[in-house]
Amino acid sequence: MKLVIERREISSALLRFSAPVASIGVALFVAGFLLLASGVSPLAAYKEILIEALGSLYGLSETLVKTTPLIFAGLGVSLAFRMQIWNIGAEGQIYVGAMGATWVALFSGIQNHWLMMTAMFFAAFFCGGLWAGVAGFLRARWQVNEVIVTLLMNYIAILWVDYLIYGPWKDPKGFNFPLTAQFSDTARFAEYFDTRFHSGFFLAVFCALLLYLFIERTVWGYEIKVIGSNPKAAQYAGMNTGMAIFFVLFLSGAIAGVAGFSEVAGLQHRLQHGISPGYGYTAIIIAWLAKRSAIGVVIVSFLMGVLLVGGDSLQLLWQLPVAFVYAFQGLILFFLLASDFFIIYRVKLVKGVVNG
Amino acid sequence: MVEILLDATVRAGTPILFATLGAIINERAGIINLGIEGLMLIGALAGFAGTYLSGSLLVGVLLAFGASFLAGSIHALITVQLRGNQIVSGLALTMFGVGITALFGKGMVGLTIVGFKRIAIPGLSELPIIGRAFFNQNLLIYFSFLLVFLIWFFFYRTRWGLGVRSVGENPAAADTCGFSVSTYRFLAVTIGSGLVGIGGAYLSLASTPMWIENMSAGRGWIAVALVIFAGWSSPRAMLGAYLFGGITAMQLRFQAMGTTISAHVLQMLPYFFTILVLVISTQRMQKGASQQPEGLGLPYDREDRK
Repeated sequence: MKLVIERREISSALLRFSAPVASIGVALFVAGFLLLASGVSPLAAYKEILIEALGSLYGLSETLVKTTPLIFAGLGVSLAFRMQIWNIGAEGQIYVGAMGATWVALFSGIQNHWLMMTAMFFAAFFCGGLWAGVAGFLRARWQVNEVIVTLLMNYIAILWVDYLIYGPWKDPKGFNFPLTAQFSDTARFAEYFDTRFHSGFFLAVFCALLLYLFIERTVWGYEIKVIGSNPKAAQYAGMNTGMAIFFVLFLSGAIAGVAGFSEVAGLQHRLQHGISPGYGYTAIIIAWLAKRSAIGVVIVSFLMGVLLVGGDSLQLLWQLPVAFVYAFQGLILFFLLASDFFIIYRVKLVKGVVNG
Repeated sequence: MVEILLDATVRAGTPILFATLGAIINERAGIINLGIEGLMLIGALAGFAGTYLSGSLLVGVLLAFGASFLAGSIHALITVQLRGNQIVSGLALTMFGVGITALFGKGMVGLTIVGFKRIAIPGLSELPIIGRAFFNQNLLIYFSFLLVFLIWFFFYRTRWGLGVRSVGENPAAADTCGFSVSTYRFLAVTIGSGLVGIGGAYLSLASTPMWIENMSAGRGWIAVALVIFAGWSSPRAMLGAYLFGGITAMQLRFQAMGTTISAHVLQMLPYFFTILVLVISTQRMQKGASQQPEGLGLPYDREDRK
């Protein structure tokens, strides 16, 4: 008897759809053992996650609140994935985006609400874009590995925000806490139903639609897809791949930066430490799970939102660290990668000796 | 002054050195491992827990190696046996490491152990300038010196080392010559990961003898960048790690002297310099002969062989 691995002639659509679902299922199962090891009943924990995140109007609103930044960041990362570019720096781009928006909110002196929001949006957009654009420029000009550059710039971005809130931007009336002053109402999104749910969510869904149209219906979107799937052919066709790399990373970071705007204008109403508890890293999983589809990003972001809201309640109930959610996300990715193998290959048990 | 700064340089650079050496072994076999940051955390927690429970530093270090070896085997299984995407698998490993150490390390926060102590080598430690930095250190640092030599010797003077290099350069050719690509790659990833874990253990057993959540603070990512700076060579990894140790040492020195520069700005320096060094070494790599293993990042499937 021998195990033989062979390539499938065709991989069925059913298999391609069920593999990601199965990997989440297996990840839940394995994470159950981690929960057991820390003395928490997995069934009770999963039930708690569902009830907290989806069981009430308030829970649902909290889930959508967490879904909002994830959509922006997920869209940004998945746009770069389209071109086989790795933007691991969405976390930092969220921070600089929030920083840009905060600067406008606190120091521009604009009085009109719509003007203010537009200015904050573009400030976040360009800050996030330029932040990622540095990696884009280095990659396009000198082939510098964008994974490492975008990642390292996360640490710099977070320290920069820390510098501002502990130093020049600290609220003079804030009892020495590391926070900026609160934004005035001109610089805030509308909130609904007495919850923290705010207009940022609609902006996020709108961005997803725009990005979908951009990728599927414009020449630039087409070029990005071609460069992503076959860079050599793109070059022969006369496409400027270097420019496209810079442009895509810029846009990718810009969209992630808008998440920072949405967080400060919709939720925090000031700049403070921990604007993003790792949304930028969760965005990588979202982009990978969504298989680069903008609409898929919205759906997967919602699932991850459920997980984050549930994770918060596990922390309150059983004092589990919030970072537990990362372990779970890591597991999902592991099983997702493993499932890809079984989509492409078939494992067979064969009798007797096999050559090859 | 120079003596103290050099000493602090070696002490700050050693965890990065272990991590860089581990990453080099991974990449020499053709596998990119972006899980270094997570592996360091796993090593740091396992090392601390092992030492705390047994009272022996050796047990801690061995446990750090073992735990990271096991965690690395997940990456090896996915990238070598299942030919999965190496970048995503590595990122998953980092997330997994951050999460699982936060979960299991919760009970360890605030506990203390007796960490590694300096052992002066008689005679040599009296040398001016370099004596204190290189010959009056703890055992892990001496071990790192030995490891730099051993890894160089392994790659260039042994058949197994040749095997690792060839499966990284040209797996199809190595396969034809009878080297088992999957075995070499699997072992390179797992053993390399184990060494990264010792780098993590250095943090929790020597730098600050305690467990702090997320204590690696980006050192794993600096190590990933240093692999390119080092041109995949272990002696150059030592140079790179100490360069960063030096920047960290100077930054701490500045803070201790009470400069007016914000501590947050000073803390950016190592990351900023890593990017700078990465840019310079990438450019140099492209001008001269590239030392990057040819098969880096590519899964190997015998059926694809031309």
